[in-house]
Amino acid sequence: MSALVGTLLEAWGEVRVHRARVVLSLVGVLLAVFAMTIVTAAGDMGRQAFLESSERSSGRSTTVQVTAGPREGAAAPGQVEAAYAQVVDRYGITWSSTTGYGQVDVRIGQTPVFTQLRVVEADYGVIHRIVPSSGRWLDGSDADRLSPALVVNEEFRTQTGTSGLVPPYALELPGSPSVTATVVGVVDSDPWSPMAFVLPSAPALLPGAGTGYGGTPSLEVWLPPEEVDAFVAELPGALAASGLDGSATPMSDDGVLKVLGYVQWGIRALSLFALGLGALGVLNVGIVTVRQRIREIGVRRALGASSARVFAAIMLESVVATAAAGALGVALAVAVVVNLPLELVTDDLGISEVPRFPVAAALEAFLSATAVGALAGLVPATIAVRSRVIDAIRY
Amino acid sequence: MSLLHLDGVGRSVDLPDGSVLPILTGVDLEVAEGEHVAIVGRSGSGKSTLLNILGLLDSPTSGAYRVDGADAGSLSARRRGRMRGQTFGFVFQQFNLLPRRSATENVATPLLYSSGTAFWQRRRLARAALERVGLGHRADALPERLSGGEQQRVAIARSLVRSPRVLLADEPTGSLDVDTGSAVMDLLEEVTTAAGSTLVTITHDLSVAARAQRQYRLDHGLLTPLSPDDLAVVTAHRSAGALA
Repeated sequence: MSALVGTLLEAWGEVRVHRARVVLSLVGVLLAVFAMTIVTAAGDMGRQAFLESSERSSGRSTTVQVTAGPREGAAAPGQVEAAYAQVVDRYGITWSSTTGYGQVDVRIGQTPVFTQLRVVEADYGVIHRIVPSSGRWLDGSDADRLSPALVVNEEFRTQTGTSGLVPPYALELPGSPSVTATVVGVVDSDPWSPMAFVLPSAPALLPGAGTGYGGTPSLEVWLPPEEVDAFVAELPGALAASGLDGSATPMSDDGVLKVLGYVQWGIRALSLFALGLGALGVLNVGIVTVRQRIREIGVRRALGASSARVFAAIMLESVVATAAAGALGVALAVAVVVNLPLELVTDDLGISEVPRFPVAAALEAFLSATAVGALAGLVPATIAVRSRVIDAIRY
Repeated sequence: MSLLHLDGVGRSVDLPDGSVLPILTGVDLEVAEGEHVAIVGRSGSGKSTLLNILGLLDSPTSGAYRVDGADAGSLSARRRGRMRGQTFGFVFQQFNLLPRRSATENVATPLLYSSGTAFWQRRRLARAALERVGLGHRADALPERLSGGEQQRVAIARSLVRSPRVLLADEPTGSLDVDTGSAVMDLLEEVTTAAGSTLVTITHDLSVAARAQRQYRLDHGLLTPLSPDDLAVVTAHRSAGALA
């Protein structure tokens, strides 16, 4: 215990005494760690932002889209929906939603507002990670309402002049007869045109929306990763039993993520190269310094330091110094990233939350700097123990 | 049994031209616990080499050296290092204080290589050692701010802080003026006597050697008792010291 503490104290003492030299030799390491942390963090945050954005449009990464239709002619009313329900039941799927499209002209005042309807079930909000900016998402109880529940986007509110209202609020939709709908939640304007999410029961209640989905609905299911392949393979057979043709397609498009990953690895490799150059500086100064300190090392040996102790102390000097530089570089990077106006970027990307600084990036950069310090300390430490005590004292 | 026992010790170095340069030849010496022995000789006579062998800083190329009965030649590097730290304290001619470390830090340095209470209380022990050599008021001073005499006193405090059984002093007054050198020798004798430590002094100064109980001369690598002429000088110095 005392040997370990003593070695650390000795190393820290040397760093403290030679701080000017140490600081100069560590500038390269500090900058490399700073760059490495920034790049890794930015990459991780970008990846997280992309994932969130991707999940909002395509659903979570293991979402599978099922489409089905009759082999010949038109499907009987409710035939496809019934087949979907059987699939969900047969596979014990926890999260699923039929998805269809429709449209309605919302006439408030003189100008009709053409509004796209997305006809979904409550689970759609979970699968697409939808977080309303105000109000709430649709839930099962909304299906029983006589006043259809809407979750609208901001553009809908702008064009209908209801931006100032706080959900839930009633919206009178003129028609024959007119209908009072309830806006229960608001989401960001993506797409940039008026849009409303409604449950499958709602279109029948909306004036001018007609009935049905405006086409055959599809089914989205969010599966555990290990079940995706089997589900995709078996699904056509399951639908065939209901007299339908159909297919299942995984929704995630990880091509962009792969490219992002390659870019991130490339930049990380460059950062490691820069860290290596910084380490060369540490190594260079370490070798020169240890030669100047041969006499001092000899004196320490005379005072009872073993060669193993001298080796460990010299190497730890390098480790302690680069670890300190690494910690400072990481701290600087965190300070910069945390204080950047990232919300401007995330707002443009339609991302609801600014991703947090990834701790793994900071840890990785810090450990890399420490490891580099250990490598750079090996050569000076070897030189230090090779000199004979007596020669060192006379040096 | 003697504490230090050199038996026919020789030390030579191989020169680049292939020849061998003898530095010590057949040195026999026994030093008992608590004894004060002085070895005099001119520059280049092999004094420092002998001291380095005694302090386990160097190894003989022939003969045997036993420390408290243990054959130094058969010790591993690790055990040599440990025995060096525990048994010997060094006082160098050039003081060899660590630059940019305070007097306390310098004195505490040997305790970094010890264990237990000595390690954990090294600063307190270092300050106590500095008090013993009369430098308690300079505990935080850097070596660069100390006079030669003060630096040597710090070095003495450092050599004593682990309570070594043997203190090896290599020209301890070589870099000091006469009065300061005399004060340093007084201090060395006082602290080693109080601790019951053995003191081996290497010097070219017969007045310093006169303070020891036994004196030897090292000449061209051969260790011999002082000649009658040398002894007459030593006796004169002792008389002068007694009168003073």
